[in-house]
Amino acid sequence: MIRNAMTFTLAFRNLFHDRIRLAVTMVGILFSIVLVAVQLGLYLGARNIIVAMIERSAGDLWIMAYGTKNFEEAQPIGLREKFAALSTPGVAKAVPLIVSFMDWRKPKGGSTLVIVVGTDAEDGGLVPWNLVEGDLNALGARDAVIVDKTYLRDLGVEGAGDTAQIGASRVRISGLTEGIRSFTVSPYVFTTLNRARNLLEMPADNTSYVLVKLQPGADIEAVRNELRSKVPDNEVLTKAEFRDRSLNHWLFATGAGVALIGGAVLGLVVGTVIVAQTLYSSTKDHINEFATLRALGSSSGYIHGVILAQAALSAVLGYALGMVIALTVVYLSEATPLPIVMTPGLATLLLGLTVAMCAISALSAIGKVMRIDPAVVFSR
Amino acid sequence: MSASPTNAALAPAANANTDARKVVLEATNIVKELGSGARKTRALKGVSLSLNAGELTLLMGPSGSGKTTLLSILGCILTPTEGSLTVASHSTTGLTAEDLAKLRRRHIGFIFQSYNLFPTLTAEENVRIALDVRGERGSDATVRAQRALQHVGLRHKLKSFPSNLSGGEQQRVAVARALVGQPSVMLADEPTAALDSENGLAVMQLLSEIAKDASRAVLAVTHDPRTIPFANRVLRIEDGLIVGEERRAEGVETVHQLARNRKRKANA
Repeated sequence: MIRNAMTFTLAFRNLFHDRIRLAVTMVGILFSIVLVAVQLGLYLGARNIIVAMIERSAGDLWIMAYGTKNFEEAQPIGLREKFAALSTPGVAKAVPLIVSFMDWRKPKGGSTLVIVVGTDAEDGGLVPWNLVEGDLNALGARDAVIVDKTYLRDLGVEGAGDTAQIGASRVRISGLTEGIRSFTVSPYVFTTLNRARNLLEMPADNTSYVLVKLQPGADIEAVRNELRSKVPDNEVLTKAEFRDRSLNHWLFATGAGVALIGGAVLGLVVGTVIVAQTLYSSTKDHINEFATLRALGSSSGYIHGVILAQAALSAVLGYALGMVIALTVVYLSEATPLPIVMTPGLATLLLGLTVAMCAISALSAIGKVMRIDPAVVFSR
Repeated sequence: MSASPTNAALAPAANANTDARKVVLEATNIVKELGSGARKTRALKGVSLSLNAGELTLLMGPSGSGKTTLLSILGCILTPTEGSLTVASHSTTGLTAEDLAKLRRRHIGFIFQSYNLFPTLTAEENVRIALDVRGERGSDATVRAQRALQHVGLRHKLKSFPSNLSGGEQQRVAVARALVGQPSVMLADEPTAALDSENGLAVMQLLSEIAKDASRAVLAVTHDPRTIPFANRVLRIEDGLIVGEERRAEGVETVHQLARNRKRKANA
């Protein structure tokens, strides 16, 4: 893109010659980059949150009620499915898991919806991670639950040891995790299988899921087919299938992901328009110089090189400044229920999008230059 | 004869030495129509001329006579509606815009009335860019640009921006830019129009020296009669036709001779 030193020099000088126009260009790029970074960062953050429970589970296969759309909105299935799984060749273990929305009554009044996640830690099906206070053994204590510290204020408690009520039963916070967030905004409350059943008043022969761990070397498709024949009233999904189904539901069926991606696209469009406008007006202002270049015998490519170098310089400068702001926003969002995620991949994507945006923006300016009549050099 | 007026009687006899000179540009029966439909006009009505190496030729005529249109065609910026043009033995017939640009950067140097320098580039960079478009870069290009500026007496202004140069200095930078690529043809559009008398004469003196190069022809469009003493030849154009040619048998007067003449007149 930057063909040589003189095209770069001319592009650089043209860019910095008019500081106000440069500022407008930078605002356009900054606006675009920050908006796209935030929207895509939120998308990635949401994606991570949605799949966290499934990814962290030990279930290679998930047995669930037909039509279950996502992890949180589970329907009861019979516990006999666990034994059906255990009797299937290739299955190492089958762990029941209860997931259900419940009403959390705050100690000082008021209530909020929570998602109770009940499973026995010793089974290793789905164990709370990132424990920052307490330990898993503490879940064995009467009424014990583990919550994430992000949601303490939402739950109306201050920390471990505080009590509240789920349904008609008292619970006590015995441990705190950090970073286990819920896409539904309803906090996860980890407890044991039996306590979850009691809280939900669920029959003893019911569960929400059965997580199936395969023996090493087992053929997952063969085991699944065998399981399907044994639990014909329920679905058997691989971890990846359930993850994708949850993502599709929360991000696309609800429109949340579409809105985030749409916002990012809007940011790109607005940024492109602003940069195109400033590049075009810059080119228009320097049109006699481009005509002079043409009269001096420069090729079209040389002139395009100047404009593209100007666009590339704008992109790099705008990207650097935009990333500083975007990373600040990312940092500030870390402690929120929906943190914005910035990965090296996203940073690279943003750079590519910025360069592409500026290159597309340069097209209108190049179009203007293509229509130059070099004879104007004689009429100035 | 180097120019072919429609009325041959208008052309004075050519210097006998002219025929020996190398022709570096030859235009034959150039017609140029501008506009379209009812607004179509014939700016040039069949111009034939040749430019010889080692000569400074002036193209003079009133406003609207077709001077600039002819200059644009000779500089391969406009293409003629009819007729043919050969520059440095290359015919321009059928060439694309990119081919014409290539021909310009290899064989033609331009000097413009308003200098057309790049305001954001220094004097040296303004000269160097003429090499840059030819793909000549690096320290060699820098040295050549500096030499060209030295040639026009601006060695001490290498790092000056156009806004910090006088009109005369800016025009000399433009001359250096046109010169640095060692073109076969240098075309100047009213090179003294924006300059005061002293700077105008200095620029014409420079052009006449450049024209002494046996491999280069210089054509300047002008209506400034003070430039005539510097010319080897003067072509007159009216209504799109070359109507006269004057060959100055005495050769080119130097600025010193002009100054002496002026002083003599003043004393008289």
